Amino acid sequence: MSETFDTDYSREELLISTIADMLAPANHIAVGVLSPIPGSAALLARARSGGDKRVSIIGHQQEPFRTDGGVDLFDCAAQGRLDAFFLSGGQIDGQANVNLTGIGEYPTQQVRWSGTFGSAYLYFLVPRVILFREEHTRRVFVPKVDFVSAPGVSVDGVYRPGGPYALVTGLCVFLFDKAKARFKLVSVHPGHSVEEVRDQTGFEFDCPDYVPTTATPDPETLGLIRGEIARSIANPYPQFAARVWGTAAA
Amino acid sequence: MAIIEDSVEALAQRIVDGSKLAIFKDCGVPVTLGRELIRQQRRELHIVTVPTGSMLIDMMIGAGCVGTVETSGVSLGEFGLAPRFIEAVRSGSVRVLDATCPAVYAGLQAAEKGIPFMPLRGLLGTDVLKYRDDFQVIDNPFADTADPIVCLPAIEPDFSLLHCPLGDRFGNLYIARQPEFKLLAHAAKHTLATVEQIVDFNLLEDERYAAATLNALYVDAIAEAPGGARPLNLPGHYALDRAAVTAYAQAAKTLEGFNNWLAVDLSAAA
Repeated sequence: MSETFDTDYSREELLISTIADMLAPANHIAVGVLSPIPGSAALLARARSGGDKRVSIIGHQQEPFRTDGGVDLFDCAAQGRLDAFFLSGGQIDGQANVNLTGIGEYPTQQVRWSGTFGSAYLYFLVPRVILFREEHTRRVFVPKVDFVSAPGVSVDGVYRPGGPYALVTGLCVFLFDKAKARFKLVSVHPGHSVEEVRDQTGFEFDCPDYVPTTATPDPETLGLIRGEIARSIANPYPQFAARVWGTAAA
Repeated sequence: MAIIEDSVEALAQRIVDGSKLAIFKDCGVPVTLGRELIRQQRRELHIVTVPTGSMLIDMMIGAGCVGTVETSGVSLGEFGLAPRFIEAVRSGSVRVLDATCPAVYAGLQAAEKGIPFMPLRGLLGTDVLKYRDDFQVIDNPFADTADPIVCLPAIEPDFSLLHCPLGDRFGNLYIARQPEFKLLAHAAKHTLATVEQIVDFNLLEDERYAAATLNALYVDAIAEAPGGARPLNLPGHYALDRAAVTAYAQAAKTLEGFNNWLAVDLSAAA
């Protein structure tokens, strides 16, 4: 008998709903410039809060996503005015180290990406950093990153109120245990398996005997995503909104 | 007293080979001025991207103007990686000084205060810090227990280059939504700006503009350049030309493609 599961939601909608659930305790959520799924999740969390949360998009020039400018957003983080942020990486390892710089011997790396951006700072200061990377392969999730753009954990004595909270991928959700410096698999998305996660992950992680399936978005959540969220996200991310929901910017 | 140049060409001629230039990341990127530096074949420039860079930085690297790029990231954003930057870093033809966004701001803030360095949280244990010989770790002198903190050297550009909506004949610059422009100008030895339009009235005497105007005290020279940020955007004036940036991203994937693109771009602007 083949497995059956509800397919009345898209992959993007599952990820948005999953990430939004993690943002419930955060009041001020910041999102990077190229993060439509985390951005949508932040807007969903804001909508569920009755609009109480603030969502800032780094580099965005217009209200309501703009802070006072580029400098103050980083100052906000150091003052504790920022509760949640997202990072991704060309490589991410089992200790939640993030590599946004490149692969090979620095500086003339065979593979070079754009650069570290704010990660080497915000990862230390924002309490709830959610790592997000849709591609779940051994190419991305490696035993040890080639270049530490931002470290998952720090030695004692380093000022570090912030750090990794979870890793959300196209296959599953991990939570990060800071004391053990190790990920724990907490759910696998519908249609995927623990074996598949193991096969595609280059680092070791804790795995309980029973791993539940990631909760799917309920009808109310889907209604919010397809209405209010799709319209709001079309302003900062027009191409994404057009592709996923056929929505034009307001 | 700021000088009103009658051409972007004259403005660009003030910049000599090897200068350290600060360029802000968006909404007022001085594309026309940068293109003029390419046309004048400026070499060995040290570009500080504040704090990141996009198409103009990639163009200047591809055209051979850049010796060092000090940056937190160079990318074409949703249009993809910055191909000429990546090729230059991989081949070693450009020296890259990797930073993180608030570190670039902090270095400029040190320069605007005339102090040698600025401390900043974060960075400890990163390979960014490991490869930056000029970043130093000290122990917080005010703490009772050990509290290591990174110190960034002041970044004092020879020139900050801006593109603003308005300038006036006194050299004041209306910087609109870019408060960072004040930081760039305060930190730099010299500031040069192109503007959409030069107006006759004093911007600092007009309440609509004064709060978002950079004082001419910090401005060396300006020149009118309508559309001076195109194909990038200038809020309230023109939108990003998505087709043009898409075409650039495609062409610049190879050196030959880039060279062909640049030849057309320079002749179109001439």
